Amino acid sequence: MEGVPQDCPGAGSAQAGRGSSCQGCPNQRLCASGAGAAPDPAVEEIREKMKAVRHRILVLSGKGGVGKSTFSAHLAHGLAEDEDTQVALLDVDICGPSIPKIMGLEGEQVHQSGSGWSPVFLADNLGVMSVGFLLSSPDDAVIWRGPKKNGMIKQFLRDVDWGDVDFLIVDTPPGTSDEHLSLVQYLAAAGINGAVLITTPQEVALQDVRREISFCRKVRLPILGVVENMTGFVCPKCKKESQIFPPTTGGAEAMCQALGIPLLGRVPLDPLIGKSCDRGQSFLTEAPDSPATAAYRAVIQRIRESCRQHRPEGAPGPNS
Amino acid sequence: MLRAQGRAVHQCDGGWVPVFVDPEKSIALMSVGFLLEKPDEAVVWRGPKKSALIKQFVRDVAWGPLDYLVVDTPPGTSDEHMATVEALRPYSCLGALVVTTPQAVAVGDVRRELTFCRKAGLQVIGVVENMSGFVCPHCTECTNVFSTGGGEELARHAGVPFLGSVPLDPTLARSLEEGGDFIQDFPKSPAFPALSAIAQKILEQTATTLS
Repeated sequence: MEGVPQDCPGAGSAQAGRGSSCQGCPNQRLCASGAGAAPDPAVEEIREKMKAVRHRILVLSGKGGVGKSTFSAHLAHGLAEDEDTQVALLDVDICGPSIPKIMGLEGEQVHQSGSGWSPVFLADNLGVMSVGFLLSSPDDAVIWRGPKKNGMIKQFLRDVDWGDVDFLIVDTPPGTSDEHLSLVQYLAAAGINGAVLITTPQEVALQDVRREISFCRKVRLPILGVVENMTGFVCPKCKKESQIFPPTTGGAEAMCQALGIPLLGRVPLDPLIGKSCDRGQSFLTEAPDSPATAAYRAVIQRIRESCRQHRPEGAPGPNS
Repeated sequence: MLRAQGRAVHQCDGGWVPVFVDPEKSIALMSVGFLLEKPDEAVVWRGPKKSALIKQFVRDVAWGPLDYLVVDTPPGTSDEHMATVEALRPYSCLGALVVTTPQAVAVGDVRRELTFCRKAGLQVIGVVENMSGFVCPHCTECTNVFSTGGGEELARHAGVPFLGSVPLDPTLARSLEEGGDFIQDFPKSPAFPALSAIAQKILEQTATTLS
């Protein structure tokens, strides 16, 4: 829906098309007819599309800068190390699409075919899609309001030809807004295995994660667990450990215990992680002996096992 | 972070009363955090509702006479950013302070933010590079945990001032969370001179804009 007014009451609301701010909106007649309250046909179309996708995982964070995209990318790398596992990585951070850079795919373009948009393949078993591939310059800004972002997400879910996929990982922007609501709504019929929540140890980050957990509970999105990033730093010179982001309230461990949510793992801060991402390389292969790599691998294994044990609600199709 | 959690927002004839964080009432604060019934409550709003609240924050809060209104925004170039610019545009002297961390992945997103500033007609006061190096408290070796140099390079590429780098300081993080007054308690922190220098540059720049 284009040209939505500032105080849009919402296409599905009782005031749709009837509110004072609806005057002059190009969608006024459509909303007043009650069409906005009808279920979006895309939900069924996406359910059909998702029949070829065995597991769907959202990676969320309450706060920016906690390493969510880094984690999403390495979850994809880790799962795809098994050549028989088909992995798809979808970046729905429309305004800050960093996945192409982290995956070493900057400058790649997306192609259209009869069966839809083709993702960019890093390997035969690892396909990636991001709005970053649709932008012609690294300086281009995507200055879009919610409805336009939602339209893009719908297209990503409905029109990308992933092929047969074992794991679809969706990297999201921080927060609990349009992108997150749209993902949950469009995937309502297909089902989502669950969400992985990323945080750092400090209370300021945990506060936002608790809100993210509240969001998951409100929209009935299962939570696979929490990953605590940047847990401790080992000085390369003296080898002593320090806490760069002090866990003043017990870190993710205390929060998970209090809320009854699995702590999937704690990943220490290794400067090589940032460098690998900047170079578009997998940290898992660049630094195989780093304690951070061991931590990532343990988390990835737990996620794989968790998906094997549970099918998402509403998901049709063969058993995994 | 400003030790104002749990405070309530009241109404007066002039509008909503902001929360003052110091006894001298030199820093007033408004946040959706003050409007939540519970601190862990999620704000699950789509763009139009967020934009409407931002307009209210600008229009309906009884800020009183101010020297500086500092607006902290979420990452991105979407509803919140457009709403803030639109709500503040009628008032003069609107500028943007753009914060990045040093690594290329962060800079990759922040250069798009600079494009947003240009398109929105926002003057860029400068770029700040945060989390720039960590000094080990045991041996004082400085490690660039999030790489180095990205902020300065970004400012050069975009033709905007580079205001400075702020190193990582766990005592800053701890102080913010434990209710300390960082400026009072840690003048010896490596972050303190960096933050003071940046604040000074901003004061000088904005003074020349006003005169």
